[in-house]
Amino acid sequence: MEHVNISTQKPTVVSMRGIVKKFPGVLANDHVDFDLFEGEIHALLGENGAGKSTLMNILAGLYKAEAGLIYLNGNPVNFNSPRDAIKAGIGMVHQHFMLVPSQTVTENILLGLEDPRFRLRLRDYEQKVADLGERFGLHVDPRAKIWQLSVGEQQRVEILKMLYRGAQVLIMDEPTAVLAPTEIEGLFKTLRSMVKEGKSIIFISHKLQEVLEISDRVTVLRRGKVTAAGIPLLNTTREELARLMVGREVLFRLEKKPLQAGEVILSVENIRAENDRGLPALNGLSLNVRRGEVVGLAGVAGNGQRELAEVITGLRKVTSGRIVVQGEDLTNQPVKIGIRRGISHVPEDRTHVGTAPNLSITDNVIMKNYNRPPIGNRWVVNAIAASKYANDLRNSYEIVVPSVATPVRLLSGGNLQRVILAREISSQPSLLVAVQPTRGLDVGAIEGVQRLLLAQREAGSAILLISEELEELLSLSDRIYVIYEGKIMGEVLDGDLEKIGLMMTGTPIEKIEAKGGA
Amino acid sequence: MDLIIILQAGVASGTVLLFATIGEIFAERSGVLNLGIEGMMLVGAMTSFSVTLKTGNPWIGVAAAMLAAGLISQVHAFISITLQADQVVSGLSVSFLGTGLSLVLGEGLSKAGTISLLPSFSVPLLSQIPVLGPVFFTKQSVLVYIGYVIFPLCWYFINNTRPGMHLRAVGEYPAAADALGINVYRLRYLYVFVGGVFAGVAGATISLAVSPGWFSELTTAGQGWIAVGLVIFAQWNPLRAAFGSYVFGALRRLILDIQGPTMLLGVANPFYYNPYYGFFLQMIPYAFTIIVLILGSREAMRKRMGAPAALGLPYIRGQRGL
Amino acid sequence: MTISPSKSTSRLRFPFRVQLEPRLANVPRWFPTLVSVGAIVVALLIGAVIIAIAGGNPFATYSHIAQASFGSLGVFSDTMVKAIPLMFIGLACSLAFQMRLWNIGAEGQFFMGAWGASAVVLLPILPPETPRWLFISVMILVGMACGAIWGFIPGFLKAKLQVNEIITTLMMNYIAVSWVNFFIFAIWTEGGFQMSPVFPKNAWLPRLTDLAESVPIFRGLTTHFGLILAILASVVVWFILFRSQWGYEIRLLGDNQNAARYSGISVTRNTIFVMMLSGALAGLAGMSEISGVVHRLQAAISPGYGFTGIIVAWLAKLNPFGVILVSILFGALILAGREIQPSGIPKMIQGIILVCLIASDFLLRYRVHIVRRTEE
Repeated sequence: MEHVNISTQKPTVVSMRGIVKKFPGVLANDHVDFDLFEGEIHALLGENGAGKSTLMNILAGLYKAEAGLIYLNGNPVNFNSPRDAIKAGIGMVHQHFMLVPSQTVTENILLGLEDPRFRLRLRDYEQKVADLGERFGLHVDPRAKIWQLSVGEQQRVEILKMLYRGAQVLIMDEPTAVLAPTEIEGLFKTLRSMVKEGKSIIFISHKLQEVLEISDRVTVLRRGKVTAAGIPLLNTTREELARLMVGREVLFRLEKKPLQAGEVILSVENIRAENDRGLPALNGLSLNVRRGEVVGLAGVAGNGQRELAEVITGLRKVTSGRIVVQGEDLTNQPVKIGIRRGISHVPEDRTHVGTAPNLSITDNVIMKNYNRPPIGNRWVVNAIAASKYANDLRNSYEIVVPSVATPVRLLSGGNLQRVILAREISSQPSLLVAVQPTRGLDVGAIEGVQRLLLAQREAGSAILLISEELEELLSLSDRIYVIYEGKIMGEVLDGDLEKIGLMMTGTPIEKIEAKGGA
Repeated sequence: MDLIIILQAGVASGTVLLFATIGEIFAERSGVLNLGIEGMMLVGAMTSFSVTLKTGNPWIGVAAAMLAAGLISQVHAFISITLQADQVVSGLSVSFLGTGLSLVLGEGLSKAGTISLLPSFSVPLLSQIPVLGPVFFTKQSVLVYIGYVIFPLCWYFINNTRPGMHLRAVGEYPAAADALGINVYRLRYLYVFVGGVFAGVAGATISLAVSPGWFSELTTAGQGWIAVGLVIFAQWNPLRAAFGSYVFGALRRLILDIQGPTMLLGVANPFYYNPYYGFFLQMIPYAFTIIVLILGSREAMRKRMGAPAALGLPYIRGQRGL
Repeated sequence: MTISPSKSTSRLRFPFRVQLEPRLANVPRWFPTLVSVGAIVVALLIGAVIIAIAGGNPFATYSHIAQASFGSLGVFSDTMVKAIPLMFIGLACSLAFQMRLWNIGAEGQFFMGAWGASAVVLLPILPPETPRWLFISVMILVGMACGAIWGFIPGFLKAKLQVNEIITTLMMNYIAVSWVNFFIFAIWTEGGFQMSPVFPKNAWLPRLTDLAESVPIFRGLTTHFGLILAILASVVVWFILFRSQWGYEIRLLGDNQNAARYSGISVTRNTIFVMMLSGALAGLAGMSEISGVVHRLQAAISPGYGFTGIIVAWLAKLNPFGVILVSILFGALILAGREIQPSGIPKMIQGIILVCLIASDFLLRYRVHIVRRTEE
């Protein structure tokens, strides 16, 4: 561990010493030290699973550390619940918003407070909320129900919730993951205005660029250990931080064979579809994917990506438009037909959609071919063939388990994803729709998954890769479409980040090019 | 056959469903489905009858019923909240347990004789209103009047008070409530208890007011299950629950009374001349429950509203990813 | 993770606390059985306390139950008779519960099965002189069909309209009972009594005592052919659930409906079919009860088999062979329970057993440690 001494006049607000936290099978925090100064933005940098959120959940009173001490303004504190932490002035904005969708903004802000005592006189409080929002540039209608708000607005409610409670220390857990670039700008402005009022901010992120842009100092975690403790950003470089974060020089480019794309496998023509709430999610979207290419779909979360994947695989009905796979019209055909025609799907939600947690690995890998020879035989599932098949996949996809009879709920995230990929890829699909295939995996696992996708590209599949990680899209894709509010804003061949960014925020490519030309 | 008298009795009978349904609304709003109502109601009916028999004071009977049913509800709370078992199975087991307990402890009570019932009275002024007066405010048991007051209060409590807001939050998104220091476990235990207490009152309403006595399982005759269905119809709203309960109560009375007169709407009453047709009448409340459920689900689908989001899910804090 | 309601601010503390850890490895095979047996023992202890409170003698009660159900070959045979309907219904529930369809309507499906089988004799569908094999085959088919219809209605409502099946199946119970009552009171009544005439012997399932001429020891034993049917049914259900493609779909649907849908499995179709087969099995229970035991249709044909079957299925961990064994246990409880005072004891013990069983499941999911509190 390197320790960088810095001379500073700013007093220390929070000091965490020797924090240890274990989860079953994981040492999430291993004697972690952390200091936060008054009036600074302190980035907590690390890969997914490095223990950043765990450490901050401990500071926010949600988890209890097995060992270690927390000092607030020099005094030892012991938080038994988030309420204790909030009372002490520490508030956390979680990655998944902690907002009750059916309640209004004001109700959410008042939750858990002593005032009002009994009767809710919401009118009085709505004004207070609006005023507070005004002060920090957090504009949101206090009477709106949460489910009516955009993700960015919901984040503002979360911040307001903490400010309303008089938080002096604000922990932001990956706040930019769900925001469009313009919204990120707004958030950064708010954060700066808060710092000016003397508040201190902890900014959890795994995105170097943002950390460099917003923070004063940075602490880096790797596998639960501190690899850099509060270095001022002035004293470090992007490469240095990346090395501290992943433990070795990062390969920013995967090796990708040049390939001539073949015929069009998937053609989506002007489709419209609704989301679960019955609101339009896809508004006349068209795209195509050809054999032997990876086509990326970039976009901020919640712009219709999930619905698109479901529509292509038959899980969701379109209200108009056509979906053609290998020349055959599969519009609104059941999932079964899609599977028969060689569509594979790596779903976004591994545990709730992709696998059956209490069933064995064998039962999970035969999900798509249990009714076809050699596994399925007339009415019967051939148990011997199934377990042989599962064992073959376990070996070739390096799924680390003692036995294929193990229920998949006992697998780690990386192993679980390998089970899904093994199932989806081993059928040699003509079309593979992969949604967020590397989310939440550690670095090694991510690389493995990406290599599998590229190998499949070489094997001649058409791959639609839907991801929110721009870096991943850039390194894997041959072409990138950008989706915004259920429409394709345009297509990028050269990985022009600026163009992608503009399209992600709703500028169609025609406008960008018109401007560029003018 | 006097319609006013039938409706009057129907309101009393609907009060049983009202208490049971509102109790279940509280439990479900906090995220806990409690299928044990039937059992808790039986325990309440048996306890109130037996305690009133011993003490001679029906109010002590009601209090005992509340306590007993509330205690039974805590078995469900413990299994489903603390032990995180499936709420459906846990609720069923509690229903069996309550039924069995009330049968064992209520052995012999059916022949135990008469007890003093809760007072009935007419409300001065209000009973003079045409139609409404005789139906709602004449010679009703005190529990019926309590019912009138309770359901708007419960509605107000859930929607316009701080504890009500916390109740809704715990049932919709317990992790969010927990993050703000609301004790999810404690509130769920509390509202399951409240549900039990209401079920106890519902049971006491039967045995001390509506159809006095203890007739083992026939005392409730499935009304606890009807209440579970009514909650869905009511979409977790006490006002709609009251409407549904009184309509159901009136229907139950109508079925009982329709077999009395020789003439019905100017024709010979088939139910009088062939009493066996009464078996078809007996099916009506249950068939009606199914119809009401179908209507309720259709409406919920159309308006895309539904049960409290966390209904039926155990809350486990401190797990990764919450 | 500590599960005790957060009393973290209390001053006086118990020096030990319960610490729970989710199990990350599979438990040994014998462990679930051990836990279940433990749960039953605890349940019987709790039951004993309540019986004592109610003024009874728990030891006398329990030893009476054991004597009256396993004491001799004759009573054991009667125990089996009570166990047969439980086997069918336990299987019916296991099948539905595997898919997490809460069919609480086995009682009604049982009544409809009994009614359907009776209709073959009483309507009549077949003349009284029909040969036995044909009579019984048709009774089985019609009984199963009636149960299946009673399962179809809630299944259809659940699949197409998302109507909660717990409530609908329960309501269908009451409707079925009224339906049967109408027939035994109004249509098929024998001399004004609330029962139908006795069926012709051709419509009786063969009993052990029928073989007494060649095997004297079977004299007076009432165990009937339904036992063979039940064991056959358990093999069939096991095969369906654990060896067939349909069973795979059912298990996948039960564990994760989204994953099943994602694999192209129809939720709608399976919901309806599983409810129908579940209903048919419960209907078969009704058929076997009136054709094998009662030999006529009457009101009191079920001491709550439909509900006990739920407990049987749960105790057997939804395993079809387990259902057969557990049914015998509960058959004994029902048989002996008829003579026990107060009469609610069997029901209460069943309730307590289910409560303890569900509570004990916790031990399979979590490792419980008792640790000394560390000062914080």
